[in-house]
Amino acid sequence: MSLPLIVLVILALAAAGFVLGRGRAMASAGGDIRLLHSLPGYYGWNVALAAMIPAFLALVLWLAIQPVVINGQVSSMISQASIDQSSLDLVMSDVRRVAEGLDTAVAAGALTSEQAGSIRTEFTDVRDRLGQVGVALGSDVTSETLHAAQRYRELSGLGDLGRAIVVLGLAVLGAAWAWQRSNKDFRARNSVERVVRWILIAAASIAVLTTVGIALSLIFNTVEFFRLYPAADFFFGLTWSPSFGGGSELGIVPLIWATLYISLIALAVSVPVGLFAAIYLSEYATPAVRAVAKPLLEVLAGIPTIVYGLFALLTVGPLLVDVFGNGGLLGVNWMAGGTAVMTAGLVMGIMLIPFVSSLSDDIINAVPQAMRDGSLGLGATHSETVKQVILPAALPGIVGAILLAASRAIGETMIVVLGAGAAAKLSLNPFEAMTTVTAKIVSQLTGDADFASPEALVAFSLGMTLFVVTLGLNIFALYIVRKYREQYE
Amino acid sequence: MTDTAMSYPAGKEAGQAVRKKTSLLEVDALTRRRNAAESRFKIYGIVAILIGLFFLVALLYAIFSNGLTAFNQTFVSVPVTLEKSAVEQAEASIVKTSRYNAMIDQALVAELGRAGISTDMKPADLRKILSSGAAAQVRSFVLANPGRIGETVTFELLASSRVDGYLKGRVTREALVNDKNLDAAHLDLVDQMADKGVVEKRFNMDFITGSDASDSRPEQAGIGVSMIGSLYMMLVVLFLSLPIGVAASIYLEEFAPKNRFTDLIEVNISNLAAVPSIVFGILGLAAFIQFAHLPQSAPIVGGLVLTLMTLPTIIISTRASLKAVPPSIRDAALGVGASKMQSVFHHVLPLAAPGILTGTIIGLAQALGETAPLLLIGMVGFIASNYPGSLASGFLDPNSAMPAQIYEWAKRADPAFYERAWGGIIVLLLFLMTMNIVAIILRRRFERRW
Amino acid sequence: MNQMTKPEKVAAMNEAKISAEKVQVFYGDTHAIKDVSIRIEEKTVTAFIGPSGCGKSTFLRCINRMNDTIDVCRVEGNILIDGEDIYDPKVDPVQLRAKVGMVFQKPNPFPKSIFDNIAYGPRIHGLARNKAALEEIVASSLQKAGLWNEVKDRLDEPGTGLSGGQQQRLCIARAIAVSPEVILMDEPCSALDPIATAKVEELIDELRENYTIVIVTHSMQQAARVSQRTAFFHLGNLVEEGATNDIFTNPRDKRTQDYITGRFG
Repeated sequence: MSLPLIVLVILALAAAGFVLGRGRAMASAGGDIRLLHSLPGYYGWNVALAAMIPAFLALVLWLAIQPVVINGQVSSMISQASIDQSSLDLVMSDVRRVAEGLDTAVAAGALTSEQAGSIRTEFTDVRDRLGQVGVALGSDVTSETLHAAQRYRELSGLGDLGRAIVVLGLAVLGAAWAWQRSNKDFRARNSVERVVRWILIAAASIAVLTTVGIALSLIFNTVEFFRLYPAADFFFGLTWSPSFGGGSELGIVPLIWATLYISLIALAVSVPVGLFAAIYLSEYATPAVRAVAKPLLEVLAGIPTIVYGLFALLTVGPLLVDVFGNGGLLGVNWMAGGTAVMTAGLVMGIMLIPFVSSLSDDIINAVPQAMRDGSLGLGATHSETVKQVILPAALPGIVGAILLAASRAIGETMIVVLGAGAAAKLSLNPFEAMTTVTAKIVSQLTGDADFASPEALVAFSLGMTLFVVTLGLNIFALYIVRKYREQYE
Repeated sequence: MTDTAMSYPAGKEAGQAVRKKTSLLEVDALTRRRNAAESRFKIYGIVAILIGLFFLVALLYAIFSNGLTAFNQTFVSVPVTLEKSAVEQAEASIVKTSRYNAMIDQALVAELGRAGISTDMKPADLRKILSSGAAAQVRSFVLANPGRIGETVTFELLASSRVDGYLKGRVTREALVNDKNLDAAHLDLVDQMADKGVVEKRFNMDFITGSDASDSRPEQAGIGVSMIGSLYMMLVVLFLSLPIGVAASIYLEEFAPKNRFTDLIEVNISNLAAVPSIVFGILGLAAFIQFAHLPQSAPIVGGLVLTLMTLPTIIISTRASLKAVPPSIRDAALGVGASKMQSVFHHVLPLAAPGILTGTIIGLAQALGETAPLLLIGMVGFIASNYPGSLASGFLDPNSAMPAQIYEWAKRADPAFYERAWGGIIVLLLFLMTMNIVAIILRRRFERRW
Repeated sequence: MNQMTKPEKVAAMNEAKISAEKVQVFYGDTHAIKDVSIRIEEKTVTAFIGPSGCGKSTFLRCINRMNDTIDVCRVEGNILIDGEDIYDPKVDPVQLRAKVGMVFQKPNPFPKSIFDNIAYGPRIHGLARNKAALEEIVASSLQKAGLWNEVKDRLDEPGTGLSGGQQQRLCIARAIAVSPEVILMDEPCSALDPIATAKVEELIDELRENYTIVIVTHSMQQAARVSQRTAFFHLGNLVEEGATNDIFTNPRDKRTQDYITGRFG
């Protein structure tokens, strides 16, 4: 029974359960709705939910467990010799592909299902047969692979059958149990509401699950990486030169350096501009100016980062070369190519201006009017009030905002992938191309890398570093901002 | 207050600052200095805003000046005679397009002759003016309209990207010196053809609806297929993040007891909102592709990753709109004997719906423009050339997405793709703008002040 | 009324420090102050009383042009201090406010140390030549505000850590530190408990020696206790102005009488 069909049958059972449950409750009350504890619909829902929830839970569990069990069973059939030749993962993916091919062939009518189970490499060119129904295989099928694939199909078929029986059985049992409890005194509403409440809790828990998922996927792969590559060399290595042939040097220091350098330039652009813009908007601007300037600045925040990346690569980079490059306006030869720390930093700074300004704007507005009155009443000018009363009062909040901006800058990917360059370097020259943690995560995980190699796994360790640093910054910044807000509430 | 009377001596003389009597009508030097500082400070603020606005204008200028040309493309109109025998011969041969090329060559030479342009260029060389996809264009027309074999059909064939670039001012004669694809002589010819109206720039619908093309044919590349990829991803995001986000918000805002677990969820959500998007890409790669063996490059995986990324945004805005519904509404419902659940679903949720919708649209807009996580789950690096055949393949077959397609173009070597990338950005921004405007209208229209 | 009320003749001896003529104030379209003319005497405490929303605070804020900070507010008419029109375009509100200090309804110490709170005004106005002079200004201002003995050992602690009454006296000290000639007080005791109120009232009475004080108050008892002259505002109009004793014992206007006898308020 295929997956969509099972789902449809469960839904049908639930619908039938709804009608039956509602009917039974009504019948027990002699058709008088006033005698029921709950509205009739709740009795229906109670039965429908009892049919669906255990069935769907079982289905999800089954879907998660079956491949693992089958993989384990089948991989025990693979001889050590073929594992040594390539790797278990590769052999198993071959097995899966052949099994899928056989399925396709059966579906297309090229083979009967008995043939698919009994076909032998000794007698048939399996690759050719499958090729005829449009399943292309990379290499000839060994008899071992074919055996494994046939076993794989067998087990999958068995598993699918079991799945259908168990899941549908649960649906029927659940519905029957809930149905026989439906009578006029049964508290159907409470029962349904209890279930809905659990659904709500489950939805809320997805946020936690996401974090757990992030943590697990990072930790597992990082541990795997450190088994292949010494942690000390990773954290303290000054050279980054991965080579997929082996003998890579994977030191994170140059990446961290470039990341911080670019973030620093970005903050140097965005903090003064954003902060002064926020001060002007909240303290000086007339409502009309504010109504125009604030949304316009926020447009910058709504533009996707890929746009900024392109802007850095194709507009800002060449422009900077025209100024600082060979034969440029300044006559200095500091900049060789358009991609550079300065390019990425500048563009990232532009991106962060609205981020800094709207956070600061909120924070400055949270300073009570009484502070301004007190200062103005003493004869302070507006700027003295801002500089000596409002900013000191808002300082913790603004520091929090800057930290949040810093965490944004550190985690930004597209701008540095396109604008910063690809070579890792430890240099002070901001006009040189360097590469960052995020850019290297992308380059190590895209392309045809083997996920088991340290060159690919290092991306997870980079991700882990990035995650820990930004999470730390965020938690700290959010804590400061929250404390700050509480002070004036 | 007795202590003051005893402890302060002759107040004014000792300690108290004494200002000389001055007229209010004369501004003293210090005040003048302070006022100058005031004006300076104000100017800093104005300058900061102007810098921000300048960057906005510069960005938009870069986008539109570089991208608008992508919507125009150079076409060469050539009447090709589809002789039955030639077509049959072509279809029978192994390299079918080469026979079609011969037909086009013939037609092109004839067309030049008709326009009174003389050239000593060999037909095969002449063909470099056209896109290398021209033969396929003719062939697919023939296959789609077998009834017109034997007629003479005027084809609007795409010019090659360099000819297009020349007419758009991107390619110069000097740049062609070392170019093996096109010579300056071709450009002289193109100039004449343009005079005669054989070559002409027109609006290119294919850029919006078409599919990506290989490295050597930038003139054929379009964003249509990746737009469909984005659409499927957005469907996944919408149908997962809206119900989950609303359910989570309802729980947190209306039902959650104040305890450790609730706190944990809250801290989690606010921090997830600030986790770099690339980390979600890593999660998607490890959880959905490595662990769950979902297909690489599939919109469903992209949609799942973007769902996890958008959830915090949607939860935060939904909670804000639930919070904005005054408690009196809940009390009123509870007062007539509704259960807590009924009061929420019958009264609070409908009242909060416009706010929730607005937040969802803004979350979707954010997800639509997101690129970094898509790189890790493999939505780049190939040519998104086919429209999905069915609903299921739309979700499961490899595809690209608009921002990933733009990134792909930006990375390619031929600068002709840059124009495509900018053009793609215009399309993407149009979508984002529409979504944001809809959100703003919804907010204006339905926003309630309690 | 109250035995603390000062004899009327004390007030009568002083000359006019502030004189307002036909002052109109508009908040957008709302006509908040209508045609108010009043003379406020030097080194006297003048109380503005009246029901909520009668315009007494608005008028008070006109005297040091605090209304300038509100965009929609427009003031017409003349207000003269020492014979100079404070709404003259040549007048800098910054200089005016140094001369006319203000204490607000809710104590609003800055989130700085007690010392810095007091020193803020002298610093921005350049009143102290050196650090020692500044310290002397701070000490004497605190002494005048009767707060010195309570805070002299903890000048470095934040001003927000003081009790409500202490905070309000800190704000008064802060105003005194700029050595103004006039101090405006906008319901300075409305956020304080009775004991703190009594202390502030005592302080106001002492400050009368050196400063012209205008106080807006909700409480008629307070007006009677601290002021020599009282002005009654109603619906943006100045209904009646005179010696405090007269107003409370022998009001000329029916509305004043109704108000002080509690018919409305």
